[in-house]
Parts: sequence; C-alpha cells; structure tokens
Amino acid sequence: MFWESVLIALDGLKANKLRAFLTMLGIIIGVGAVIAMVSIGMGVRQKVETSIAGLGSNLIIVMPGATTPSGVRLAAGSSTTLTNADARAIGREIAGVSAVAPSVQRSYQLVYGNQNWTTNILGTTPEYLDVRNFAVAAGTCFTNQDIDTRARVAVIGKTVADNLFGDVSPLGQTMRINKAPFRVIGVLEAKGQSSMGQDQDDIVIVPLTTAQERLLGVTWLQNINVQADNPEVIDKVQEDITVLLRARHRLQSGVPDNFTVRNLAAVMATAQETTGTITLLLGNIAAISLVVGGIGIMNIMLVSVTERTREIGIRKALGATFNNILLQFLIEAIVIGVTGGFIGIGLGLAGSYAISYFAGWNTVVSPLSIIIAFVFSVMIGLFFGLYPARKAALLDPIEALRYE
Amino acid sequence: MTIVLRDITKVYQMGDNIVNALAGVSLDVAAGEFTAIMGPSGSGKSTLMNILGCLDRPTSGSYSLDGEGVAKLSDDALAVIRNRKIGFVFQSFNLLPRMSALQNVALPMVYAGADRHSRLEKAAHALALVGLSDRQHHKPNELSGGQRQRVAIARSLVNDPAIIMADEPTGNLDTKSGNEIMEIFRDLNNQGRTVVLITHEPDIAACAKRVVHMRDGKITRDERN
Repeated sequence: MFWESVLIALDGLKANKLRAFLTMLGIIIGVGAVIAMVSIGMGVRQKVETSIAGLGSNLIIVMPGATTPSGVRLAAGSSTTLTNADARAIGREIAGVSAVAPSVQRSYQLVYGNQNWTTNILGTTPEYLDVRNFAVAAGTCFTNQDIDTRARVAVIGKTVADNLFGDVSPLGQTMRINKAPFRVIGVLEAKGQSSMGQDQDDIVIVPLTTAQERLLGVTWLQNINVQADNPEVIDKVQEDITVLLRARHRLQSGVPDNFTVRNLAAVMATAQETTGTITLLLGNIAAISLVVGGIGIMNIMLVSVTERTREIGIRKALGATFNNILLQFLIEAIVIGVTGGFIGIGLGLAGSYAISYFAGWNTVVSPLSIIIAFVFSVMIGLFFGLYPARKAALLDPIEALRYE
Repeated sequence: MTIVLRDITKVYQMGDNIVNALAGVSLDVAAGEFTAIMGPSGSGKSTLMNILGCLDRPTSGSYSLDGEGVAKLSDDALAVIRNRKIGFVFQSFNLLPRMSALQNVALPMVYAGADRHSRLEKAAHALALVGLSDRQHHKPNELSGGQRQRVAIARSLVNDPAIIMADEPTGNLDTKSGNEIMEIFRDLNNQGRTVVLITHEPDIAACAKRVVHMRDGKITRDERN
C-alpha cells in the first residue's frame, strides 16, 4: 500500500510538473543556501584553526606581569620577573612538558651591504623552532653550544632574506644587527601570515644569551614558550607552572601573580566559539528560506487538495480509507521536499565551490550540514504537508463527489 | 437477503430547518434482484442511495448488507465495505481523467490491496465484459459518454461486489447509449448480479424487475414487473 501511495503521489506531481517544480524551488534554494552558508562558516573556522595550530601545538606561553582587574599596570611582558632560572625550573620540575623555549625580542635595524631592514630580533633556544612550528629550509639552526658562547649567529626568516639579501644566498653572509656583525647560518621555511595578519617570516632568531647580553643588555625574559606533551595534560601543566612560579617568586597567598600563563587551547576554544557563532548565524538565515519554502509546499498542497476534491471523493467512494488519502497527499509533499532537498544539495555544493573559486573564500562542506539540511527538507515536507493531507483525508465523500 | 433495511430515518439540519430526508424506510432486496428506486427529486431517493451505498449513515434504523450490520460503522470500516461489497455507477461517470480506462477500472483493487499483476488482469477481464477490450489505454476524454459509462460499470464489477448501485446511470447519455447501458445491466442481472438502480425516468425503471416508488422520504409503492 505504501508503494502504491508513492506511485499515486508521483502521478499527481507529474500532472502538474511546472507547479511541482516551482514549489520545489523554495526547498532547493533553502537547502542550497544552508549548505553554502554553513560551508562558508566552516571555511572561516578551518582557516582560524589552522593558523592557530600553526603557532605551535599544545603551546603554553608564560609572560611576566599580571593582568589585573583594577589599577594602572604596565603592559603584560614589560616587567622583569621571569628569569632564565624560571625557564630551566619549568623544564626540570614539571611533568608533561616536552620542550621549553625562553625568549626575548626587540626591534633592530639590520644592515647588509647597502640594504637595510628593520625587524624583530628574537633571542631564544633551539627548542623554539619545534615549539612554534618553525623549520629550517636551508643551513642549520644554532646549537646549545652557541648559547653558551653567546655566538653571533642568526637564523633569518624568508621575508628578511628576500628584503636584505635579494638574490644573494644569505648562508654564510655577515650582516649587522644594531652595528654588531652576525653570521647567517640558516633560513627558515616560509610560514605565511598569522591569524592576526602578522607576517611570521619577518623575523631573525639568535641565541638567547647573545640577545640578552650583547643586544638588549638584560638578564630577564619576555616569554617562556612551553610545549605540553599532549592536549590532555595542557591544563594541568598550566596549573603546575602557576604553582611553581608562585613558589619561585615567593608570592604569599592573596598576592596576585606577577606573571601570566596563557594557553593556546583556550585561545583556540574562543576562536572556535566565535566561528561557530558565525556558522550558526549564516545557517539560521539560510534556514529561514527553508521554512519559507515549506510554507510554499503547504500553500500548493492546499490548492491541490481543493482542486482535486472530486478525485478524493471518487477514491473514497471506491474504498480509500482516511490513511490512504492522507498518505497520498503526505507523500506528495514529502516527494517535493526530498527531490528539492537532493537538487538543493547539488546547488549548495556548486554554490560553495563557486564561492571559493570566484570570491577566493575558504569553504568547507561538512557532511553533517548536508545530512541535516536533507533531513530538514524531509521534515518540512512532512510538517507542512500534514495539514493539507489531513484536510483531504477528512473530506466527506458525498460532498466531495458533488464538488464541481 | 442481500439488503435488509429497517425503519431507516435520516434527518438533516439545514439552517433552522430540520429536514426529514428519510422518514422510516424498510426495504428488503434479495440476491440476484434487479431493483429500481423511483421518485421525483426531493423524494429522498438520493439519500437512500447514499445510505445503501455506505457513503452515509442513517440517523436511526438498522441496515444489514450481505449479512453484516453497517448502520453504525466508522468511516474507515464503511470505506472497506464500499470497497468489498459495493460497485458504484454514477450519473457523471466519475472516472479519474489522468488515468487510462484500464487503470480506472483497476483503481478499487488498489485499495483492496491486490498486487499490480492481478489488478491489471482482472481489470482487462472486466473491460472485456462491457465490450471495451480495444479501449484499454484510452483516457476518459478520448471515449464517448456511453463508453465512459461502460468503463465505470467495469470498475464497479472488478472487486466482485455483492451489489451494484447505479445512480441515474443514463442521465448524461443519449437514448441509444442509455439503452446500451441498460442492456448491460440486464445482462449482469441475468448472470446473477444484484443491481439497485436509482432513476426518475419511468422508461429506465421499466427495465428493472422490481420498482420501488418513493415520495417525501417514504416508500409509497413496491411493484414487480
């Protein structure tokens, strides 16, 4: 009986092809819009996630100075409470830490030949490359021995290499940082822009002690980059670092931290929340068109029931029960929903591809959004078809047979 | 007895007026009878037809069709009775315009739950009985009035019902086609079918073996030819 009803419903739709298609159009556009919009939202999310992950995985950053709710304080990172000993203690005493890279940085002018370039000079340890996902493209990185000897060697980013050396291979060349000569021993692999739009290749990395003593003339640190073993322990490591540093800095309970520990997982979570909201917003706007499409189905089904009152009367006189008639019209509505849903998925995929191709936006079509949009279109067919179908099934056969 | 009606009344509320469409009708129709119900318009014969055809329920009284009490059944149960026990032939044919003659004839079997193959086979057989084997795939609008009514008769036969109810079956036909249709009814009756015919034309009623006259919701005369 079910398949009979499907066949009868398909027949009914065939009798009015243009009308069925126009009704479907509402669902097609609705489903297509949901899939395309959600793919844009997911694209933004993916882009943000990759760029945050590019900063380094399982990264915890310790900075001197505290964020306080009241009182005027200097910017975080401007105080001098973190020392090399703190960094060593973190690496030595806290479980679940795979690498520690203390760092200092300041902007200096570089000179090579008749070229000059101003950029950030970062003093750190070789672990920094691992922690922050840098890789050496040519040459080598400095070693711990270079740190011990405060060697004047530098690893430079792609942007620096291009601007300062041009066509010359920078390896082995000597450039001046703030008038002191440094030998270039490595060039970093290009990383591109960060999520904040910062050029991550515009950097020069030198040994920590060289930067502290020969360039900045300080003994404290601006950052300690800590890499946790895995995402599960990252919160625990962050807590342990806080406890350890409070003890090392001899802070009484009640005294606020004089350092800040930040966890990129938290930053990631915030970013995901934001992009999730964007996706939801776009999806919701598109879903409204899906509902409008559903109202279109209901409208046409009501017209169809009125138009076919006599047919319903004949069918009832010949023995169609309430359920037979209900099923016939309900299936018609669902067929419109399902067919519209399928075409809409095609349109959404094409639309999302077109957006990424022509507008250059990153779009990600998630299978879940396809499934949800499709299920929704079926549900809408069902929901908006139910009232007209019930109306048809409740018709009195005598009245219906008399209807002209 | 195929039909046993006892003290059937039907009361309609039309605005403030109460209309007694049927005021106590009792009627027995035996299997194999060919009965015509005659009366002027407003005599209650259409209301009686609706009740006999299980399209409507009486306000009071009892109705037994083919040994089954049907006066108090639900809408869906009546639909099943209509499907199994009653074959309708209407004045305006009431064929579905988009379907071929064969599909129209097969339609009652769709609701009886028969499979597609046996449906089409039986429908073709029923069309052959009314002499329309060569018109199986024509749509109703490609057929003449007489042919359409013959398709409708084939449709009424296809589920092998206990009675065939015909409501003014010749009302929309010319005399020649009308006579042909009556000829078919007579043949069916001769083969043992129970036929109940509603008409206001004495010529048509004269074809039946029994004529029941109605007026003002009551049976006034019951005569056998």
